[in-house]
Amino acid sequence: MKKLLLIGFKDLKLAFRDKAALILMLLAPFLLTLGLGAVTGRFSGGSSNGISHIPVALINQDGKQLGNALVEAFQSKDLDELIDPTLYNDTAAAYKQVDENKAVAAIVIPSGFTESIISTQGEALAGKGVQIELYSNPTAPTSVGVVKTILDEFMSQVEVGRAGGEVTVTQLVASGRLQLQQAQGVGVAAGFSQANEAGRYTAITLKNVTSSGETVKFDVLALLAPSMAMMFLMYTVSHGGRTLLLERDLGTLPRLMVSPTTPAQVLGGKMIGIFFTGATQMLILILGTTLIFRLEWGDPLAVLALVAAAVFGAVGWGLLLTAIAKTPGQVSAIGSALMLTFGILGGGFINADNMPVWFRLVTKVSPNAWGLDGFTTLALGGGMGDILTPLLALLGMGLLLFVIAVLLFNRRGLTAR
Amino acid sequence: MTSILEVKNLVKKYGDNTAVNGISFDIREGEIFSLLGPNGAGKTTTISILSTLFMPTSGEASIGGHSVIREAMAVRNLIGVVPQELALYDDLTARENLNFWGQMYGLSGKKLKARVDEVLEQIGLTDKAKDRIKTYSGGMKRRVNIGVGLLHKPRLLFMDEPTVGIDPQSRRAILDSVKALNQQGMTVLYTTHYMEEAEELSHRVGIIDRGELIALGTQAELNRQVGENDTLVLHIDESQNGDALAQAVRTIHGIVKADVTDHTVAVITPQAEEVMAPVIIKANELGTKIRSVDIQEPNLEAVFLTLTGRALRD
Repeated sequence: MKKLLLIGFKDLKLAFRDKAALILMLLAPFLLTLGLGAVTGRFSGGSSNGISHIPVALINQDGKQLGNALVEAFQSKDLDELIDPTLYNDTAAAYKQVDENKAVAAIVIPSGFTESIISTQGEALAGKGVQIELYSNPTAPTSVGVVKTILDEFMSQVEVGRAGGEVTVTQLVASGRLQLQQAQGVGVAAGFSQANEAGRYTAITLKNVTSSGETVKFDVLALLAPSMAMMFLMYTVSHGGRTLLLERDLGTLPRLMVSPTTPAQVLGGKMIGIFFTGATQMLILILGTTLIFRLEWGDPLAVLALVAAAVFGAVGWGLLLTAIAKTPGQVSAIGSALMLTFGILGGGFINADNMPVWFRLVTKVSPNAWGLDGFTTLALGGGMGDILTPLLALLGMGLLLFVIAVLLFNRRGLTAR
Repeated sequence: MTSILEVKNLVKKYGDNTAVNGISFDIREGEIFSLLGPNGAGKTTTISILSTLFMPTSGEASIGGHSVIREAMAVRNLIGVVPQELALYDDLTARENLNFWGQMYGLSGKKLKARVDEVLEQIGLTDKAKDRIKTYSGGMKRRVNIGVGLLHKPRLLFMDEPTVGIDPQSRRAILDSVKALNQQGMTVLYTTHYMEEAEELSHRVGIIDRGELIALGTQAELNRQVGENDTLVLHIDESQNGDALAQAVRTIHGIVKADVTDHTVAVITPQAEEVMAPVIIKANELGTKIRSVDIQEPNLEAVFLTLTGRALRD
């Protein structure tokens, strides 16, 4: 283990003495974040929120508890700065607003929406419900993403309320504290109560009270900064992988191989070196954007865990790339292509949510998509429990790719050209 | 003297190409053994196998009683390797390089610091220890490259053409350091294609050509293979080709061999002074301008020429 760490620290030192690499590892993502932040208006005016007053058209054909609660959620004071809602009676008129770029999205709450979830007849209607329709403007993916997040959160709360009501009533009946005849009335009351709660807590996603009592606002940089950091992390891991082939050509790898050091120690040490370098790069970028842009990344422990998982996943790609390529030049060329492809797939430039299902599935091969998913969740107030999926996906990705890379290295030999 | 290294019928093939073809030799504890041969003869491949970097196709080799095939880690602890190409981290200082490589050989703490200081002193770079390698001259880099191989005080040091491409002053310093190391008890396997280096350093020399060990022994033993022959070296004008002259000279009575390297025709003969006149006449007949003539007593160059029919630098 000592040799692994020694090789790793040596690589970390070398990476941070390479001025050209430093520019791409730290300066480029920082400047791009700054530039894109400026383009989105993040730094203009007094507002700390790059996205504000998103025009949304609402059509409430339901007119009952849940439909009204959703409208109230969008009209709530908490979303006052972020959302600019307008109520329409006519769906066509609302769609026209979107088509003419006067609204980024139209939300149609269909008739019977409330009853499809909380039946006054006591029927279990889950799954039979009518669906809310979101008609969005594809030219405003980020704003549409925000609207969709609010909607998703509302629906999630409604589902929690419905399930909670069912469980409560079932338990009360089972324990004999509630007569069967009374169950329907209590269930409906519980459902309505949850519906009101849903309306009240919708803003959780966007404006959350932290343990210190401060509010966390949705910040466009919370999307841009991790996106740029993840994209240039791919540069770092491919650059790190490249050093393995470079060391082979420069003779330091054969020299290591004739010292009392096993191939596994050499490969493990190189992996640790790339990991250290990537993690340091991410942490510097996080610290820099926190200090300079006052960006809230979220729960520090969860951020650290996600950084470790994201770098691990990316290192897997770096090693696989190195195992496949024959020369350092090939690693650079393929690495650059991979960095841009994953940058796009990751969602830094386009909103994958507005893309076809197959595209959304393809994005999952990139550590960027999982990383960005986790980082935005944390920036929006999520905790460790909310990022378990991206954490596990990234760790699994890194492990799988590492095993494949080791098999490939074993097949051709570490020092073979 | 006991053998520290034993090589038996070592073969290394790359597809149809045989880089090392059944060589056998041994190195005795405390000696400097040189493998002398032209570029591509198989010297580096042999060292790569003996240092456990490559597996041989067949054959066996052992160092200090440990098989290089089956006991690689034990062998690596006994050997030091100075590769032909510089194998250093340019962005680290000399001290950082030595520290890192020392740690790879299991040194740490005060022992590591003491050895690094000693080696820096030995290679004469104590004052420059904090400078990055990339700021060093070629000769200084070569010295650090050698220093890395000495850190753990190996019993057997492999030096693969350590003087290629450096200035005469650095070359002299390296040759002197090899002799000094040997006087301190270190056994050295030294590869070179410079006859003069092999002659100056070696207790014994193995001459290798096209993957085969064609001669082995002390310099005196090898010289005896060319008998009492001298070498007549004709330096011809750079604008001319010596092939025709070499061919013509071979017809002269008393000439054993004649060969051309660059603009030099080397003639092996037991009567150098007697054949000089007919050789010059042949040159005049062919219109070949001779710029100078040397007569050399038996040496390894002549041995190589005698055994292979080719000059060492071919």
